[in-house]
Amino acid sequence: MRTYVLFVLLLSSIPSISQTCENTLSGTVKDLHDGSLLAGATLIVAGSKQAVQTDLDGHFTISNLCNDTYSIQVSHPYCLSKGFTVKISGNTTMTFKLEHHLEELNQITVEGKAYSNKSKTILENTISKEELERFSSGTLGDALNSLSGVSSLNTGNTVVKPLINGLHSSRVVIINNGVRMEDQEWGAEHAPNVDINSAGNLTLIKGAGALQYSGDAVGGVIVAEASKVPVKDSLYGKTLFTAASNGRGSSLTSQLTKSYQSGWYATVQGTLKRFGDFEAPDYVLSNTGIFERNASLHVGLNRFNYGIEAYYSLFKNEIGILRASHLGGAQDQIRAINSSRPLIINDFTYQINTPKQDIAHHLARIKGFKRFDGFGKVSLQYDFQRNNRLEFDIRRGADRDNASLDLQLDTHTLILDLDSNLTDAISLKTGLMASYQNNFANPNTGVRRLIPDYEKYDLAVYAIADYQLNDNFLVEAGGRFDYTYMDTFKFYRTSFWKSRNYDELFPEIVVEELNNQILTNPQLNFYNASATLGATYAFGENYKLFFNYSIASRAPNPSELFSEGLHHSASRIELGDLRFNSEIGHKISLTFQRENENFSFSVSPFINTIKDFMVIEPTEIQQTVRGNFQVWEYRQTDAQLLGVDFDASYAFSKNFRFNHQFSLVKGYDRSREEPLINMPPINTKNEIVYQNPEFKNLRLALQSEYVFRQNEYPDNNFEVFIPETETMETVDLSTPPDAYHLLNLNSSIDFQVTQKSTLTVGFEITNLLNTSYRNYLNRLRYYADDLGRNFLLNLKLNY
Amino acid sequence: MKKVKFLATAIFATVLFVSCSSDDDTPEPVNEEEVITTLTVTLIPNGGGTPITLQTRDLDGDGPNAPVVTSGNLATGVTYNGSIVLLNETVNPPENITEEVEEESEEHQFFYTIGSGLDVTTMYTNLDRDGNNLGTQFTLTAGAASSGTLTFTLRHEPTKPNTGLGDAGGETDIAATFNVTVQ
Repeated sequence: MRTYVLFVLLLSSIPSISQTCENTLSGTVKDLHDGSLLAGATLIVAGSKQAVQTDLDGHFTISNLCNDTYSIQVSHPYCLSKGFTVKISGNTTMTFKLEHHLEELNQITVEGKAYSNKSKTILENTISKEELERFSSGTLGDALNSLSGVSSLNTGNTVVKPLINGLHSSRVVIINNGVRMEDQEWGAEHAPNVDINSAGNLTLIKGAGALQYSGDAVGGVIVAEASKVPVKDSLYGKTLFTAASNGRGSSLTSQLTKSYQSGWYATVQGTLKRFGDFEAPDYVLSNTGIFERNASLHVGLNRFNYGIEAYYSLFKNEIGILRASHLGGAQDQIRAINSSRPLIINDFTYQINTPKQDIAHHLARIKGFKRFDGFGKVSLQYDFQRNNRLEFDIRRGADRDNASLDLQLDTHTLILDLDSNLTDAISLKTGLMASYQNNFANPNTGVRRLIPDYEKYDLAVYAIADYQLNDNFLVEAGGRFDYTYMDTFKFYRTSFWKSRNYDELFPEIVVEELNNQILTNPQLNFYNASATLGATYAFGENYKLFFNYSIASRAPNPSELFSEGLHHSASRIELGDLRFNSEIGHKISLTFQRENENFSFSVSPFINTIKDFMVIEPTEIQQTVRGNFQVWEYRQTDAQLLGVDFDASYAFSKNFRFNHQFSLVKGYDRSREEPLINMPPINTKNEIVYQNPEFKNLRLALQSEYVFRQNEYPDNNFEVFIPETETMETVDLSTPPDAYHLLNLNSSIDFQVTQKSTLTVGFEITNLLNTSYRNYLNRLRYYADDLGRNFLLNLKLNY
Repeated sequence: MKKVKFLATAIFATVLFVSCSSDDDTPEPVNEEEVITTLTVTLIPNGGGTPITLQTRDLDGDGPNAPVVTSGNLATGVTYNGSIVLLNETVNPPENITEEVEEESEEHQFFYTIGSGLDVTTMYTNLDRDGNNLGTQFTLTAGAASSGTLTFTLRHEPTKPNTGLGDAGGETDIAATFNVTVQ
């Protein structure tokens, strides 16, 4: 019996030897989203007093653990705490992943990036929510204009197209909430159909490096994203109201978000903007009012490992076009250009008459993602866009109220993306994209179609990898291939068809010959390859060097291919060319950056060489019964753009800061050795900001903007016979306006209304000195001055 | 799992594409109704005789072909009753645009510009509903033997009344210049 007891004791002592509880659990805590290591995370072992923190590399070690199952709670200041069950058997290694969500509520500022990088080797410029809110009553283009290297190509002051390092329209891709905007963006007088108030963040990539979005962004990519919603039970929102003296109008935008701990959330947002005729310092700019109505809705579920989101937005905009800009032939152009005041000035009104644009853009998106351990994050997105564009001209008779242009563009896109970390140092993004587009030009306008009916199919595949060689050095490489097929039905004027020799070049595409028109069915295929290669090197405490080389290929847009006729708003005949192939841009960009609280700067030189660049320029004068018109023809050439963007910010003292921006771009047609048209003149912005977070976050800023005269421009002037004087007179379309200097004043102050809500009152004066000026990049500069002084009152309530 | 997903996507994409390849109907042509292809000025001598026709005709509208201009010679001392007809000959049968101009008479006016060398005078003979000049009808008196240009300009939405092209404003709908000789 004793031996038996002894034996039992002996036996039981075996497990108790291994129960010495000297095991260690070690490992790392990582961000679930991007795998970055989380420093300062706390791990608490339930049922014991043990608590450890991760070091700077996200590592932790918990010692004296038994072979048992433990509950460990992991928490981090910017994450939701999460419990893990860990079975210890010997020394164990574990990786804990936390959802590293960022507080964006009630202006708690956080360190780190709330939005992931789009390209790792091109310096990205971002516009934060606070800055965007200052442009609440303006447009997307106005906000982007505040960045160095970005100008805008305007038609008046309400149609604002971003111009990145000298390029615009089809060469600038806009991604709105993950969806590539298809809103007839080829048109220089077609503003992006994006409500600036629906964006929580704007990112600008000055190049084609972001291949996950597109391969044809010869100019650059603009990414607008909605604010991130935190995963917790919360209800919050904001309302912004702006009243402006110039245009005597106001804008109201409101947003409300409800979120749950479970990951469900919903955001509803709306904007209403109404302005009457704007005013130059000396006169009313008749028929320049705007009436914009937008709404958007997000509903989604955001979990650690999977999520789904549905998004819908409606953008509706009615824009008056300066009445004095609508002209007959060249004789009218002479009268308009030679007159120092617009030829038509009426009293102020809110009414928007012809000429005008009336646009509706619907965007619907559904996106889901799932993370697979050791594989990556897979996302699938389907989006649908419908763009209705109506343009009204001044017409006669029964067609008076009929639109001259009525286009409906439908686009369906399906995108499959995979983000994976192959190793700790290598991450890979790959994806597939398929899209179908259908353009319908309504024949009931009674005006020949500017853009023909077409169906377009796109297929794309891309891969981008980056490799973090060490803490300082990262390299990135990627490639993308796009296939485009266009099936078009186009009516050509018989006389044009023959004058271009198309009857000999393309006899096979003729479907039908009518009285004086020919119906053709061009079926076009484009194969576009694009690539990016870059590196980032960080050194010292604050310095970073970015290098990127990217190749972008862009298929010709419908306007470049098919234009053929009088473009009323430009008072010129525009001709496209069916024979065009894709243009290919090679852009090398370099950035030297210093990031520091007190003094930061970045210098970004670039050179963009574009083969078969499609450019429209005047070729001849055409006589019609209506008078003489200049003919602008698209042609392909080799272009080169080079320039530099410079940004600097220096803090004099705790509350005073000086910001500086300088942009220079030069563009040349290399086959003709002459400057390219519409290149932004050199400009510089300087700003002194006083901000005191201790006193109601008071902010006062005085900004000076100096735009030099553009001295390099092609001479597109032409002569026309004036019967009254029996002389030939020059129509001066080329000479750029003089340099100008504008001063803007901006101020804001916060008031705590209740515990949870803040009222921000802002007061702003733009063009403080009421300077009369004309902007080279405004298409209406021939006819009228730009905007005069404007007083704006902004009220923002966060709740 | 991965394979299944890719496959599913591929199938979805195919279905999407197939379902969207719509009917093969060809679009209908647009025959522009507002185009003015032809301006014809008919001058009938007051005392009878052969009418004189000045015409500019551009059958392809804004297309590349230039207008075909035919002119005529005036006789010294003769007064002519002039009338202007505008046609859109891109449609069949041709549309008479003059009717539209006359219906919207307050918004239109013809102007006659006489070149310095030419000795002729003109006078409006029809008015709009407000009693201001319209000018689709006029008289023209040829003076001494001379030659020079004679230009007909139609302005849309001019300031009315006015003293001539200089202060009329509006948009030019037509500007047709003829070389004319008085002999």
